[in-house]
Amino acid sequence: MAAAVAAATVPVSVIGGGTSGAAGRGTALSTAGLSGVRLHEPGALTLVAGAGTPLAEVEARLAREGQRLAFEPMDHRGLLGTEGAPTLGGVMAGNVSGPRRVAAGAARDFALGLRFVDGTGRVVANGGRVMKNVTGYDLVRLLCGSRGRLGVITEVALKVLPAPETQGMLVLEGLDVERAVAAMAAALGSPYEVTGAAHDPEQGRTWLRIEGFAAQVDYRLERLAAALADFGPAEVVRDADAVAGVWAGVRDVAAFHGAPGAVWRVHCRPSAAPALVARAGAEAALLDWGGGLIWLRVAEGADLRARLGAFDGHATRVRGTGPEPAAPPEAPGVAALTEGLRRRFDPRGIFDTEG
Amino acid sequence: MDMPAPDPAILGRKAELVARLAEFLPERAVIHDPAETRAYECDALTAYSCPPLAVVLPGSTEEVSRVLALCHAMGVPVVPRGAGTSLAGGALPTADSVILGVARMTEVLETSLEDRMIRVQTGRTNLSVTGAVEEEGFFYAPDPSSQLACAIAGNIAMNSGGAHCLKYGVTTNNLLGATVVLMDGTVVELGGAHMDAGGLDLLGLVCGSEGQLGVVTEATLRILPKPEGARPVLMGFSSSEVAGACVADIIRAGVLPVAIEFMDRPCIEATEAFAQAGYPDCEALLIVEVEGVEAEIDHQLGLITQIARRHDPVEVREAADEDEAARIWKGRKSAFGAMGQMGDYICLDGTIPVSELPGVLGRIGDLSAEFGLRVANVFHAGDGNMHPLILFDANAPGQLETAEALGAEILKACVAAGGCLTGEHGVGVEKRDLMDHQFAPADLAAQMEVKDVFDPAWLLNPAKVFPLAASEARRGARLAAE
Ligand SMILES: Cc1cc2nc3c(=O)[nH]c(=O)nc-3n(C[C@H](O)[C@H](O)[C@H](O)COP(=O)(O)OP(=O)(O)OC[C@H]3O[C@@H](n4cnc5c(N)ncnc54)[C@H](O)[C@@H]3O)c2cc1C
Ligand SMILES: Cc1cc2nc3c(=O)[nH]c(=O)nc-3n(C[C@H](O)[C@H](O)[C@H](O)COP(=O)(O)OP(=O)(O)OC[C@H]3O[C@@H](n4cnc5c(N)ncnc54)[C@H](O)[C@@H]3O)c2cc1C
Repeated sequence: MAAAVAAATVPVSVIGGGTSGAAGRGTALSTAGLSGVRLHEPGALTLVAGAGTPLAEVEARLAREGQRLAFEPMDHRGLLGTEGAPTLGGVMAGNVSGPRRVAAGAARDFALGLRFVDGTGRVVANGGRVMKNVTGYDLVRLLCGSRGRLGVITEVALKVLPAPETQGMLVLEGLDVERAVAAMAAALGSPYEVTGAAHDPEQGRTWLRIEGFAAQVDYRLERLAAALADFGPAEVVRDADAVAGVWAGVRDVAAFHGAPGAVWRVHCRPSAAPALVARAGAEAALLDWGGGLIWLRVAEGADLRARLGAFDGHATRVRGTGPEPAAPPEAPGVAALTEGLRRRFDPRGIFDTEG
Repeated sequence: MDMPAPDPAILGRKAELVARLAEFLPERAVIHDPAETRAYECDALTAYSCPPLAVVLPGSTEEVSRVLALCHAMGVPVVPRGAGTSLAGGALPTADSVILGVARMTEVLETSLEDRMIRVQTGRTNLSVTGAVEEEGFFYAPDPSSQLACAIAGNIAMNSGGAHCLKYGVTTNNLLGATVVLMDGTVVELGGAHMDAGGLDLLGLVCGSEGQLGVVTEATLRILPKPEGARPVLMGFSSSEVAGACVADIIRAGVLPVAIEFMDRPCIEATEAFAQAGYPDCEALLIVEVEGVEAEIDHQLGLITQIARRHDPVEVREAADEDEAARIWKGRKSAFGAMGQMGDYICLDGTIPVSELPGVLGRIGDLSAEFGLRVANVFHAGDGNMHPLILFDANAPGQLETAEALGAEILKACVAAGGCLTGEHGVGVEKRDLMDHQFAPADLAAQMEVKDVFDPAWLLNPAKVFPLAASEARRGARLAAE
């Protein structure tokens, strides 16, 4: 990989599984050759794998030991209409995190270390494979979410967690967005360790997930339902497969699959979500992270950022077209730092990635 | 440990600097009398000290920006400082530097339980962040043992952790946003009250950068609801190896305790003598704490003790009530104080994969014998974050040097086992010259290039983190340009 980057004379675009459909205009540079789990130590909660390793392979390997990736990365294929197999590198490069992000943390919170090849072909290692590491600067987080702009991630060391024995959820019916966000805030502010809080305005449904040992899940669901009595009666779902199905749907924004229009992802303070949803005038919305993440489906070409106005957060278009760039604009001071870092790590401008 | 010689040109401009600082800072916020600057000559790594040129204690982001812009214009190095509890010499001044302390900036700026966040000025202490939301049933999770004294400023700069990190993560996992002032005075807002800022993760980059990329003046922190209850169990084992194996088994079993703490015999004996916690007479003990309500705690502790029994424990002591729980924690919490009673010590914090615990503990024992200094081990076992305490007598000629040499060997052993030099305390000046053992030249160069972007003149806390030889050309370029 280092040699390929060093020898490149025309812009290249790093491709993992290609499922983001956002490869950029350069010559494709695939990470497929960097595939394979190199180390899995269940007792140390660590896994090291090549960046091109299909996510499915990583997840299967972990499942055999009763473990999982706690950040619950989404599968973008249904939403974006793409094919291919999402890779570990792609997930890290995009900091792709699903519903459990609200409780467990983002993809980058689970990256213990990585190796990457920068735009000069230089191989850099950062972090390691231990749980706590403050030795030197944290380039691991810098590369996670960098979407291939600073370098090609070649290897990732991850913190993995035990998969819980079972899961259950509460379903609240008929809440409007404002009441739903209030209910989710109450749930996430309770001691019952809610690991998913989502709301679908179309169905008028609010889902609250709890995971753990069976007795613990029963107990917590019961207490949580009591704590949320003000929001109406809650249906308790204890069929783990049914619960898993609902959350896979939230994670992959299944409600938008096959529906036309542009899709946006908005990160905001949960308390701002009701007003933002109202301002968006979207055709459909889905709230995750207790309202901290809003998926919006709007007419192709809609100027969503103008509709939302200024708020604490940002909006990214992940599908479709529009008058504005897909990625959120950066404040001048931040943009200067980003540009400075790009110039340092990729002085020849060899990495051409969209968004 | 060497520090670069102070720049005589800067020393000669002290009066001018002080006069210009006084133009926009209140009188009490500029300290330049050598009798008073002495209070800032070191942090908690007291073996090294040097009074700074001056100390400034700004009261706002605006004032911090003006101080930095002035120092930038005059080419004066700046060392940011929170509460000065660094164990790595991170806040150690040089004679030609200005200490920029945020101790006067302690306000809570906003609290939102709905958004589970609090925004504070970074001079606020770690514990008083929790203090501000505790009545509402919330807390700020990262809990360094120094939490009564240390500031959020230093926590962010060092990416500090604590005993409960196994479940809740370290500072970087609980930081949502920050106001950062760059060396030229530019103020940048990173992140906010939302999760995961767009673009490059500059917030994650600044966290743990040891005051070298910018001065953090405000921070938005994630707060969490307090668990209903927590209870520890204490388990004694016949050897460190067995205790280490038990830790790995617990983690594998799918129970995620909030804390797994480890103490070895030297440490148990010292704390018994000091705190009389009534610990069993054994080679190693574990304190494992789980959270939840009674029924959940019983269930989880049941699983844990079942696992422990497979390792023939010398004793398993479950806390029946608050009082017993407090007694179990008593020894652990007084461990550092107890070691302090026994004399001087150096506290290392190398981290290793949990599976390597038995091997590395054995190696530390061998090294201890070889160097003739006692080493006690007390640490966060769940995440492999060791805390070997090297005991020595600072008054005995050469013992500090021997202790430091032993420390270097122990840290190299941690790196060789697949670990790292520091899991909590940071590199500072203490581990600066060992960085070559963990990183290849290209790895260090990449990190230094980040500093080039944030602080091209290398004026912010310049002589830390990187081996002096590695950063010399960059620091030298500044001097040459003057
Ligand atoms: C416009 C757009 C914006 C998106 N924004 C988000 C978002 O904000 N949050 C989110 O969770 N998901 C986002 N996604 C989806 C996410 O990028 C992909 O789902 C995920 O990366 C899938 O992995 P893959 O292997 O298929 O990646 P690919 O589709 O192959 O690549 C995804 C991106 O990561 C880069 N990349 C891939 N592998 C590497 C590597 N080894 N080293 C360095 N860079 C690499 C690529 O250049 C590309 O920019 C977005 C998708 C699009 C189309
Ligand atoms: C008894 C004891 C126990 C400890 N236990 C733990 C523990 O359990 N876990 C742990 O992680 N650490 C621990 N520490 C180490 C120390 O408390 C932490 O590193 C702490 O975060 C330092 O905070 P501080 O405010 O005192 O920072 P300082 O010592 O003042 O500074 C530390 C570093 O931060 C930089 N800095 C300070 N303020 C700013 C700012 N505003 N902007 C940018 N950079 C800044 C400084 O330049 C320096 O490099 C312990 C220390 C002691 C003395």
